[in-house]
Amino acid sequence: MQSTEGHRPEEIRAVPLRHPGRWAAAAVLLVLAVMLAHNMLTNPRWQWGVIRSNLFSPPIVSGAENTIKITIFAMAIGVILGILLAVMRLSPNQVLSSAAWLFIWFFRGTPVYLQLTFWFAISSLFPTFGLGVPFGPEFVHLSANTIITPLVAGLLGLGLNEGAYYAEIVRAGILSVDHGQFEAAQSLGMRRATLMRKIVLPQAMRVIVPPTGNELNNMLKTTSLLVVVTYPELMYQTTNDAARTFEAIPFYVGACMWYLFMTTLLTMGQFYVERYYARGSSYALPPTPIQRMRRNLTTLRRIPFSASGTGGS
Amino acid sequence: MPGPMVQAEAVHKRFGPLEVLKGITLEVAPREVMCLLGPSGSGKSTFLRCINHLEKINSGRLRVDGELVGYEERGDRLHELPEREVCRRRTEIGMVFQRFNLFPHMTALENVAAAPVLVKKEPRADVATRARALLDRVGLSDKIEAYPNQLSGGQQQRVAIARALAMQPKLMLFDEPTSALDPELVGEVLDVMRALAEEGMTMIVVTHEIGFAREVGDTLVFMDEGVVVEAGTPREVIANPRHERTKAFLSKVL
Repeated sequence: MQSTEGHRPEEIRAVPLRHPGRWAAAAVLLVLAVMLAHNMLTNPRWQWGVIRSNLFSPPIVSGAENTIKITIFAMAIGVILGILLAVMRLSPNQVLSSAAWLFIWFFRGTPVYLQLTFWFAISSLFPTFGLGVPFGPEFVHLSANTIITPLVAGLLGLGLNEGAYYAEIVRAGILSVDHGQFEAAQSLGMRRATLMRKIVLPQAMRVIVPPTGNELNNMLKTTSLLVVVTYPELMYQTTNDAARTFEAIPFYVGACMWYLFMTTLLTMGQFYVERYYARGSSYALPPTPIQRMRRNLTTLRRIPFSASGTGGS
Repeated sequence: MPGPMVQAEAVHKRFGPLEVLKGITLEVAPREVMCLLGPSGSGKSTFLRCINHLEKINSGRLRVDGELVGYEERGDRLHELPEREVCRRRTEIGMVFQRFNLFPHMTALENVAAAPVLVKKEPRADVATRARALLDRVGLSDKIEAYPNQLSGGQQQRVAIARALAMQPKLMLFDEPTSALDPELVGEVLDVMRALAEEGMTMIVVTHEIGFAREVGDTLVFMDEGVVVEAGTPREVIANPRHERTKAFLSKVL
């Protein structure tokens, strides 16, 4: 083979393909966006002033704080329970795997709203809780109403329900790990618990993290159902204020802003967690937004004829 | 005179109705290198996996260094060993797999150091030093921080050998260690294995590398359809196979 160095053929400068469909779609969407913006600016019923003066009012801020708090706790319960249930379901011990199956069957099979109501009403089923020997003497004796506060009812309802869903996510993750990994770890003398914790779960995380982001996002919004157990999270406080002031829309718009702000933060966090667990699994990690921005700026400068009218930015 | 390192008496193994091992009887002496040869499906890999109890045998007796694999004999009955004991015995047996099975989320050094730290609870600093020395010994001192997917197949397999050696085993099992490698990478792995054999490691090697078996092996065992067809020194078996099946197999691979 001869080297072609020295007489390289000239750079291709073809006429770019036109995309009339894109232009039409963009025009339609632009008109709709302008209409919405126009309405938001001119329709006085949006009441931007009310939104502005209440977005950071003490009840709303404390509601948002409670939403974050219960999201974290309920998710923690769900994750720990889910991992436990997934490992139980894959256990060779049939009592354990059946118990896990039964738990998942029940908590995935009933609405979370119903579960929350049930936990809140549990005192009418078990007026007191005792700690002691089964069918024997009790050492500690507590009234259900002192234990099952709105917070506890909410955590139980959301956490146990999440555990059932999360178990299936973890199980899918564990099943995605190559069987050779189990054998290699076993041949080195690792016991099942070590093997799961150090070899299998870290690899399963690559499959587990994206749906976990979904679940966390969902959890944050599902906390709004805690209205039913009278726990003062964001939705509860919003509804209260809306009812008190007879200004429904501005308060609901404010709640929208809060939820969007919190879920956006979560999405950003998920990106970096995914990058962490991708180590050793792909040659090139996806670029961070900052890297991507820098790359886009440099490529923009390199495009030879960007002003010819197809890019349209 | 020390006893055999591995002693198999009429070992049978079934997968459902399929009988894969139909009575394997053989002995491996300490410091011996035994090569297992045979067509695929002959049961040689299964036999290897029985030795460290990745598979349970259905009948017969299998001993490593005098101890039954996976069981304990009390009175005239066999008792299954608890997980702790099975794992302790596995730490004394290193295994190298056809598909390497390195831990992809760990660097080469972490792969080698993981088991001594997690299983034997040895101090991290000591293990790290030993792991570096082992990676140096397999010629990978410049790849300590590399993840498995940044290594070639031959390099991965050498890390896998170092990982097994880090547990300081008294027996090494190789399950077709070069079958998944590009031809030009086979040599580097065989060189490491040859050096290991020269240092006196007891090895059982399932392989299709006749040249390696002839040079390095002390004994060659030819298996087919779950039985040992013939065994002897490699030169003997390769030069003058006595059985038709051995002859037919060798004529295809030589």
